[in-house]
Amino acid sequence: MDQSIPIFVIIPLAASFFISMVGGRIRGFGKTLSVLVFLCTLIIALSYLISGNHASMVYKIGGWEPVGNIPIGIYLLLDPFSGFMLIIINTMAFLATLYSVNYMTKYTGEKYFYTLFCIMVAGLNGVVLAGDLFNLYVFLEITVIASYALVAFGTEKEELEASFKYQILGGMATALILFSIGMIYWYTKTLNIADITKMLASSNDRMLIQFCELILIAGFGLKAAIMPFHGWLPDAHSSAPSPISAMLSGVVIKAAGLYVIFRLFFNMFEITWEISVLITAIGTLSMVVGVFLAIGQWDLKRLLAYHSISQMGYVIIGVGMGMMIVATSGNMALASLAITGGLFHLINHAVFKGLLFLNAGAIEYRLGTRDLNQMGGLFEKMPLTSGTSLAASMAISGIPPFNGFFSKLVIIVAAIQAKFYLLAALAVIVSIITLASFMKFQRYAFFNGQAEDYGKDGIREVPFFMSFAMVVMAVLCLALSLLMIPSVRESFLQPAVDALLGNNEYFMNLLNM
Amino acid sequence: MIVFILCFILFLVGLFGLLTSRNIIKIIIGLSFMEFSVYLFLVLIGYIEGGQAPIVVEGIDIQMIVDPLPQAMVLTAIVIGLATKAMLLSTAIRIYKKFRSFDIRKIRSLKG
Amino acid sequence: MQGMSPIVKKVTQLVMGFIFVYGIYVITHGHLTPGGGFAGGAFLSGTFILLVLSFGSNILNLRREEEEASEIEGLAIFTFLLLAVVGFLIGMRVFFGNFLPKGQIGELISAGVIPLYNIAVGVEVGAALLTIFLALVIYKEEISK
Repeated sequence: MDQSIPIFVIIPLAASFFISMVGGRIRGFGKTLSVLVFLCTLIIALSYLISGNHASMVYKIGGWEPVGNIPIGIYLLLDPFSGFMLIIINTMAFLATLYSVNYMTKYTGEKYFYTLFCIMVAGLNGVVLAGDLFNLYVFLEITVIASYALVAFGTEKEELEASFKYQILGGMATALILFSIGMIYWYTKTLNIADITKMLASSNDRMLIQFCELILIAGFGLKAAIMPFHGWLPDAHSSAPSPISAMLSGVVIKAAGLYVIFRLFFNMFEITWEISVLITAIGTLSMVVGVFLAIGQWDLKRLLAYHSISQMGYVIIGVGMGMMIVATSGNMALASLAITGGLFHLINHAVFKGLLFLNAGAIEYRLGTRDLNQMGGLFEKMPLTSGTSLAASMAISGIPPFNGFFSKLVIIVAAIQAKFYLLAALAVIVSIITLASFMKFQRYAFFNGQAEDYGKDGIREVPFFMSFAMVVMAVLCLALSLLMIPSVRESFLQPAVDALLGNNEYFMNLLNM
Repeated sequence: MIVFILCFILFLVGLFGLLTSRNIIKIIIGLSFMEFSVYLFLVLIGYIEGGQAPIVVEGIDIQMIVDPLPQAMVLTAIVIGLATKAMLLSTAIRIYKKFRSFDIRKIRSLKG
Repeated sequence: MQGMSPIVKKVTQLVMGFIFVYGIYVITHGHLTPGGGFAGGAFLSGTFILLVLSFGSNILNLRREEEEASEIEGLAIFTFLLLAVVGFLIGMRVFFGNFLPKGQIGELISAGVIPLYNIAVGVEVGAALLTIFLALVIYKEEISK
């Protein structure tokens, strides 16, 4: 297993260049290869989970050993939290490519689509595996450059404008992140995350560290589209091709934004009260404002995109409450419960929001529109799409027995136990508004009688691979509820939470190999 | 110290251009200014007064070298910047093809 | 795309060979002097860009050249990955591992595998910059048509 860490980056990268070279000559080469590649990475990621070995593993690229306990060279690190993210990334990538096998046939230049998709996933895998700040930045940029191009893939007016907005805000985020990395390097004279932890622990210049922390929150917050920085998200996520919307909403904003924030603030910086309050506050703001912005939307994918902002708020308040409890050195079991809720909601959101975007893509594939007013009565015409989207809608609005209910329940219970009553109340209210919003979606898209001018022939169920990907995700929506069972949670979710909380172990593993 | 302040001023100039100009190309130039100021900052933090280039040459005994790591970082960051700028400019050309204008006030198909 | 005046064409013919050879020099001495793959690759692409600018070209040729440049780019990056995998298969069992003798400091053939990586990066950067340039020129031609 130790040897297979770089495979997550190398195989998708090699596949992307292969596709760009020979994809134009052989029909169907791109889709076949990328589906196989993501299946392969998914199996390797799952084998890490099943092996039950929860120790962190370090991979030293080029074989550069540390000199006198000072790490030199590029290190990749796989610990349970990275493994958790890897499973989300590769599952979603596999299902999204499977979906695109049918969906992308209406676009030209499929070869470029699969090339960019593979580069994006390689970058995402790199982000969650990187053991030092600069490589994290490089992999982040690889991801976002590919996603800029994928958002603009349709090259129509809306796509180009959305992509331009995304690129300008992403460019500002890049400048801020690089500046902050420079500041940290200036102060600690190292880039390795574990080494920085050691240096920061023995320093007392709080002003400078807090400055770096704020800039990092701004930079990665822009990538994660949390509330004050959310401007690009609804445009970009609604304009991209649907599998890409599913990837962007389901994976990219989590792996490139939230994962890095959690990793750096738990494992690199010391958790302070001010920062944890700030993170919880912006999480609450995203949760509340996102859902109110979503109410008035009639464009289906825009509605889903605003709900992404809101659901990300749940993840952030879950983890943020954990940070606040740790900062006041309160009950560690309670902190662990809150963070479990946050991470549980993170994986749940990846599944159900991915599924909802794929449903939206299926509707758009047959109807050619995203406007809710022009839909109606699709329940009879597209039963599979309707059924899966009903499952996803119930999951996102927190109706048992779907996964969204349990993760929201854990977050709310943790909030009540930690005496954050306001947060618990807000979480319940936002969940109710979400339910209302998705009842509107269900009613107008699937049940609201027959819209008149569909034409006689066109509307029927989507092709096999699209339906297959959607059904698998709907099953996952139900199956992830099993994570509530303690023994399943112990083997899957709990190690990731422990990896975040036990920051000493993280850097011990990196330094004393 | 004065160079860091100049660096910061360059950053502000870029930000000003980014926020106030209406032309897409000028916005891209403003963004480039911001990134260049960050690159300058990275080079500056590796500089040591009186340091020499970190290259081993036979016969020359080097007492003090500048930090080579930020230079490698800047080179990588410049390459990444090149890719993002190429992407931005090609998007800008495509936007011009669709809208026949570089003015952001005329590029408004998205709303809400 | 229109060509430029005869003076420009003649000067281009004269200097282009030198620029190309200097690019190769910078790439191959990347492990000894400042420069290396990226800088040398920029020189290489510069010669081709100079040629396209001064002699002009029609859009069909540009399209073909862009495709070829893009393929060379893919091939070069693939060589890079292949070197990394060879490093994995031979010797220390790590990606990007060094499998060649390190040699004497300051000699042209030294520093293990780094010169090979430099050459791959040089070709890759040259082809990539050329591809970007040609793609932008093709866009411009399409718009002005």
